[in-house]
Amino acid sequence: MSFQSVRFYQTGTYTVGNRLLDEAQRTVQATVARANSLTSGHRACQGCGEALGARYAMDAAMHATERQMVVVNATGCLEVFSTPYPETSWQVPWMHSLFGNAPAVATGVAAALRVKGRRNVRVVAQGGDGGTTDIGFGCLSGMFERNDDVLYICYDNEAYMNTGVQRSSATPAAAHTATTPAMGTAPGNEFGQGKFLPEIAMAHRIPYVATASVADLRDLEAKVEEAIHLRGARYIHVLVPCPLGWGAASHDTIRLARLATESGLFPIFEARNGEVSDARTIRHRVPVDEFLRLQKRFVHLFEPKLDTARIAQIQAHADRNIKRYALLP
Amino acid sequence: MDKPFAITLDPGSSLANHTGSWRTTRPTYVDHLPPCNQGCPTGENIQAWLYHAESGQYEAAWRALVRDNPMPAVTGRVCYHPCESACNRARLDSAVSIHAVERFLGDEAIAKGWQFEARRAPSGKRVLVVGAGPSGLAAAYHLARLGHQVEIREAGPMAGGMMRFGIPKYRLPREVLDAEIHRIEQLGVTLKLNTKVDHLLKARDEGRFDAAFVAVGAHVSKRAWLPAGEAARIMDALSVLRSVELGEKPLLGRRVLVYGGGNTAIDVARTARRLGAEEAVIIYRRTRDRMPAHDSEVQEALDEGVMFRWLSTIKMGADAGSREQFTIEKMMLDDTGFPQPTGEFEQIEADSLVLALGQDVDLTLLDDVPGLQLKDGVVGVGPNMMTACPGIFAGGDMVPAERTVTVALGHGKKAARHIDAWLRGEVPAVADKHPVAQFEHLNTWYYTDAPRSVQPELERVRRESTFDEVVSGLNADTALFEARRCLSCGNCFECDNCYGVCPDNAVIKLGPGKRFRINLDYCKGCGLCAAECPCGAINMVPEAI
Repeated sequence: MSFQSVRFYQTGTYTVGNRLLDEAQRTVQATVARANSLTSGHRACQGCGEALGARYAMDAAMHATERQMVVVNATGCLEVFSTPYPETSWQVPWMHSLFGNAPAVATGVAAALRVKGRRNVRVVAQGGDGGTTDIGFGCLSGMFERNDDVLYICYDNEAYMNTGVQRSSATPAAAHTATTPAMGTAPGNEFGQGKFLPEIAMAHRIPYVATASVADLRDLEAKVEEAIHLRGARYIHVLVPCPLGWGAASHDTIRLARLATESGLFPIFEARNGEVSDARTIRHRVPVDEFLRLQKRFVHLFEPKLDTARIAQIQAHADRNIKRYALLP
Repeated sequence: MDKPFAITLDPGSSLANHTGSWRTTRPTYVDHLPPCNQGCPTGENIQAWLYHAESGQYEAAWRALVRDNPMPAVTGRVCYHPCESACNRARLDSAVSIHAVERFLGDEAIAKGWQFEARRAPSGKRVLVVGAGPSGLAAAYHLARLGHQVEIREAGPMAGGMMRFGIPKYRLPREVLDAEIHRIEQLGVTLKLNTKVDHLLKARDEGRFDAAFVAVGAHVSKRAWLPAGEAARIMDALSVLRSVELGEKPLLGRRVLVYGGGNTAIDVARTARRLGAEEAVIIYRRTRDRMPAHDSEVQEALDEGVMFRWLSTIKMGADAGSREQFTIEKMMLDDTGFPQPTGEFEQIEADSLVLALGQDVDLTLLDDVPGLQLKDGVVGVGPNMMTACPGIFAGGDMVPAERTVTVALGHGKKAARHIDAWLRGEVPAVADKHPVAQFEHLNTWYYTDAPRSVQPELERVRRESTFDEVVSGLNADTALFEARRCLSCGNCFECDNCYGVCPDNAVIKLGPGKRFRINLDYCKGCGLCAAECPCGAINMVPEAI
C-alpha cells in the first residue's frame, strides 16, 4: 500500500478529508490550496470521471513537484473538452500535439529540460485509453523501452468517447459500443480480445507501474506522488467511468469505479521493475453483476433474458484478477 | 500583430464558460433529524454532542448535552436509551453505545467540577416546583437557566424521587445522583426537603409564586386484596426499596417471591439477592417477551441467579395459603395475548412475598385546584404541559406517559420552556422538525468498520453480596472510539467528500466549522456530491425551468 490507512476515526482515510486527522494526513484535494489544475468551465459531461481523475492526478503532481512540471496531452475527450481554441481549463504548463505522439513529445520535452539543466522540472504525459493503448501505443512502448524520464498517466474510460463511443483495445468484453453493437449471437464486444496495458508496461521492466481509480483518492494521490519522485519511465493507469459511454447515471461515476475494484474486475496494484509489489485488497467483495447492472452498455446481459453464461465469463475474469493479484484480505 | 503564426485570438480561461446553465437539479445542503435525536425523550441533540466528543472536546460535548438534560451521569446509567434502538448504525454493525458516552461525559463533568451557567438575566418571576424527582429537578434547572427564581418543595427527606427510592444503588450510585442534584442547586435553585405541599394553590399564593410545576410522582403502591394477619410477610416493592435506601434491612427471609413483571419487580428481586435471600423468584402472569421490564435488566437479573416463573399468578384471598405457603395459579395466553386462568394450582413455599404491581399518584395536594381533568388516577395536561388550571403545570409519573426517568426529565424541560413563555406572555417558538435522516440516504461505504465497545461488568459473586455498581463506564480511549462510531446521520461533519468529488470544481470550502457552498455558476448538477456524501446531508432539488 502506498499510504498508511488510518482506521477508527469515523471515516478513517476513506473520505477526501477528515477533520479528526492531522493536516499532514489529509489529501491534496481536501485543501483549499490545491492547484485546481483543471478548473471550472470545462465542457466535460455531467459527472465526468476523466475530468475528476485528471484533476486528482494533476493536482497531486503539482503539489509533489511544487508546481515545477510540464504536461503533454494526447488528443481525446480530455483535450477536446478542456481546450477549445482559444480557451483552456488547464492551470498547468500544458501542450498538445497529435493524437498518437504524446509519449514522444514528452520524451522530447524531457530531453530539452535535461539539456537546459532543469532537473527539477518534471514531465508528465496524459491521455485517454484510445490515445494510449491504440493510437499512441508505439510511441509509448518506445518511451518505456528507452526508460525516458516521463510519468505517463492513462485515464481509461474503456472506449473512444468524444467521437461517439467506438470500441478501443481497452473496451471490456460484452460491452456495447457504436462499433460493437449488442446484436447477433455474440452481442457487444468480443470475448478474448483487447489488452490490459499495465501488464504490458510491466513487461518493459520500467521502474514503476500502478493502477488506480477515482473511487480511491488517497491511493491515487499516493501513487502519483510516489511516481513523480522516481526517475525513468513510469506509468499509472486510472479507471475513470464515463456516464455517457457506459450509459450510467452521472451521480454513479464513483460508485461504478468502486464496484469495478470491489468486484475484482479492475485490480488496484503497484509494480516495480516488472514485479507486482503491492495490491489494494477488496474491502466488501461484490459479484460482477452489481457493477454491470448499472450500465446500459451491458443491458443485453440482463434483458430480455438473463445471460448467465456471459456474466459467468465476466465473473471468471474478475476471479482470475483476484487470484493473480491476491486481492482478498 | 505580435501574435505567433496562425494565432489570432488571445488565450482565455474556461472560467468564462458558465456551465451552471446545464443544470436541471441543484445540490442543496440540508440538516436532517438524526433518528437518535428523534428518539430521545429529553430532546437531546445527540449527534451534535457526539460531534464535539469525536474530537475529544468533552467539555464542549457536555455543554451541548446539558442544554437539554441536566443529569447525563444519571441517564447514562438508567435510561433505556431509545436513541440506540433508533440508531442507523445498528443496520451496519451495532448501534453506537450512546448511553456509555453520555455516562462518560457525565462522570467527567463531576470529576472536573464543570458547572452550569445561566442563559438569561434574572426575570424577577418566581416559580414553585413541587417534588424533587427527575421532572421537578429538570424543570427547576431549565427555569433557573432562563432567569427565573425557583423553589423546590420536597416531601421526603432527600431529593431525587424515584431515582433514589425506586432505583437501587447498584444501578445508580448515590454519589453520582447527589453530585448532579447538587450542581442544579448551585445554579441558585432553593431546595426545601421534608416540606410537603398539602394545598397547591394555597402554597402558591402564600409564597407569591407566579407559576407552579407539580411533579409529585407515583408513590402509592397498588395492592391486591390481602388476607388479615399476612401483612408481616407481604410487602410492597417501593417500601422495600425505600427502606434499603434509608439504611434499614427489611426482613425478607431465605426465599422471596416477587409478584409483577415491570422494572421495579426486577429491581426488588435483585435487591433481595443482595440482602441475602438465597432464592428470589419473580412470578409473572405472561411470558418473558411480553414483560414490561427492560430486557437488559432481565438478563442481568438472570445472570445474578434471580429465577422466573412465567405464566403464573399469586392467588389472593382468605384461602391464599397457610403459613409459609403461597398458592400459584398457572395461566395461559389467549389469542389476543391476554393471560387466562387455567384452574391449575400449585403450592410454593416462601418466607415473604413482595408485590410490584405498579403505583398510583397521591393527588390530594390538588384538591384545591379547580377544573382539573383527572383520568385513570393521573392529571391531564395539554401539549404545553399545563393543566386545565392556568399557570399550573404538571409532569413526570403523575401525567399520562411512560414512567421513566428520561421521560420525566423531558417533561421538566418541556414544561420549563412553556412556563417561561407563559410568564413572558409569549407563544414559544417551536422550530419545524427536520425530516428524519434515513439509513437509505447514507453512503455507508465510507465509514470505518468498528464494533461496539463493551462496558465491563462486575463479577457475579460481588453482585450477589454487595450494592456495588454492576456496569462500569468506558475509559477515555474507549469513549472516544465509541463517539467516533457515530455516522453523523443527516448532518455535515466536514469530511470534504463533496469538495473533492466535484468534477467541475464547483464546491467552495468555507473553512473549519463553516461547511461548504455550491458555486452555481459552474455546477452542472451531476449529483456526485450528494451520492458520495457519507451522511446524506445533500439533497438534489429540481431546478425551476
